[in-house]
Amino acid sequence: MLAVQNAHVEFRVAQTKKWPWSPAGVVHAVNGVSFDLEPGQTIGIVGESGCGKSTLIRSVAGLTPLASGTVTLDGERVQYDNRASMQRLRATMQMIFQDPIASLNPRMTIREIVTEPLSFFRPEMHIDKRKAAALAMLERVGIPPAQANRFPHEFSGGQCQRIGIARSLVAEPKVLLCDEPVSALDVSVQAQVVNLLKELQREMGLALVFVAHDLGVVRHISDEVLVMYMGAQMERAPAADLVRAPKHPYAQALLSAVPIPDPTVRIAPQMLEGDLPSPMELPPGCLFASRCPHAMTKCANAKPPMLHRDGHEAACFLLEDTPEELDASLEHH
Amino acid sequence: MIGAVKRRLNSAAFADERAGEMVASRSFWADAGRRFLRNRMAVFSVGMLSVLILFAIVGNLFSRWSFEEIDWNVLGRIKEDGGPSLENGHWFGVDELGRDLYARVVQGTRTSLLVGFIAGPVSVLLGATLGALAGYYGGRFDRTVLGAYTIWLAIPYIIFFVVWQAFFGRSMSQMILVIILVNWTAGLLLVRGQVMMLKNREFVDAARMLGMSDFAIIFRHLAPNVLWVVVIYTSLVIPEVIMMESLVSFLGVGIQEPNTSLGALLSEGASTMTFGTLWQLGFPAAVFVLAQVSLFYIGDGLRDALDPKER
Repeated sequence: MLAVQNAHVEFRVAQTKKWPWSPAGVVHAVNGVSFDLEPGQTIGIVGESGCGKSTLIRSVAGLTPLASGTVTLDGERVQYDNRASMQRLRATMQMIFQDPIASLNPRMTIREIVTEPLSFFRPEMHIDKRKAAALAMLERVGIPPAQANRFPHEFSGGQCQRIGIARSLVAEPKVLLCDEPVSALDVSVQAQVVNLLKELQREMGLALVFVAHDLGVVRHISDEVLVMYMGAQMERAPAADLVRAPKHPYAQALLSAVPIPDPTVRIAPQMLEGDLPSPMELPPGCLFASRCPHAMTKCANAKPPMLHRDGHEAACFLLEDTPEELDASLEHH
Repeated sequence: MIGAVKRRLNSAAFADERAGEMVASRSFWADAGRRFLRNRMAVFSVGMLSVLILFAIVGNLFSRWSFEEIDWNVLGRIKEDGGPSLENGHWFGVDELGRDLYARVVQGTRTSLLVGFIAGPVSVLLGATLGALAGYYGGRFDRTVLGAYTIWLAIPYIIFFVVWQAFFGRSMSQMILVIILVNWTAGLLLVRGQVMMLKNREFVDAARMLGMSDFAIIFRHLAPNVLWVVVIYTSLVIPEVIMMESLVSFLGVGIQEPNTSLGALLSEGASTMTFGTLWQLGFPAAVFVLAQVSLFYIGDGLRDALDPKER
């Protein structure tokens, strides 16, 4: 359905120029991430703030240019500089955003907002049918159609996110990219929105890419979880396995910091020493080496390969000592 | 009686009616219109400005003289016979050349309002469009526009007027053109800042995800969100432009005689005020002040009605 191979994203930062003619600094935001996704499946992408999770899915969606790497959708390679290819991509893949209120134009009624995608993706549809489809979609996400003439500021954050979901799904895409869709919402509302997404996924056979920094939410919704650090892929594993037994030291540290909703249980987050490397001058070896409690000399010099163990896929030299296991589900990688 | 009211309040029909009313939300502009109408002074000023506009359009119908005709009967004795009078039809008196001041004030008001209401909005439109493009695209285009803006601020506009009119003559269309050129920066920075803020909102990304072009994003999604800034700014630029036109006319580089403007009339009136013909200054000044005060109150009302708070 959707396959991303070795994605890289770079930004040029003009402010770092010493002189107008000197070259701009390059920030390496995403450094080689690969994943693939089948219809009805969910992949969760986690990592600390600024690790490139949002940049990764924005570049997959074509909102930020990919420096290198390929994206394949429905067996066809996406050409980001080709209008027709991009329009096919957008009809198949839509996105919901982090700030539910800022993602709706404050001067448009929600009916206009939800009808708009249909005029791009279903231009042959009659205008009355488009309106009816938009109202039906609004009702499906739990917004009474009687309120369709209202403006976004008259709704709460959770309702605005439902409207955003209605907008992204009204033209029936097959892949939905979710850029931290619940991090701006109250916890009780988060659950409602996540459950709505799961229901819609089941009904429409959607493939979800779910970006979040909250492992609890990701564990709840994902089939598979990808852990990112400094724009690179650290570990990828089925959600339950990753949570039970993370292989990569970074994933272990990240999981140790997940709060447990029980006041009697004391968690002992594993504190990481050391500094993050600069994204403008990446170290030649493992990106996590400067903060890794198990760092060895070779970690600083060579990039660890992606190793497959027990259904996990992790980039760490520590796993070299454990025997490789041929896992049928991972054979196609 | 009370029973009937109670029955009506409890009826399903009444509830439906109310519910329908609540669901049909007012748009931002309908809301702003209501707030504007609540501002008494602004509404009164709209009335005043309408009267002035009517005066400029149909004032000639009530005049017995044309604005360029010399009344030889009063020419030698302007101080004694040239004052406002109902008998000889010079409602506002005559100017120092014996021409009917009422007809000239009508003509001058027409010139000033036309210049204000054409040059003001057009220059804001120009500045706002440039500002929107600069804010949206950023980069080299933005730097070029800002550089041109900074250089432009350093040029004294009066010199520009004098040079321009020496080359192209002193007609009304040249006056409007040169004011638009001088004011091309109107609203530029304000709209640029607003667009820079809005373009990072996620609804712009959502529009991109539909495959919308930059042009469509700017005009369909961003423009409605900066329109309130443009409206407020236009309401401030119109009186400013009238003031600018009056200033250059006062300095004698404005409209060509026998056509006139409020600024030119003020200039003539001021030069003769020591001869005791105060009406030559008073009537143009009164009209000028009325126009300016009502325009400023309208601008004030618009600013309050279109408050920058998110609505």
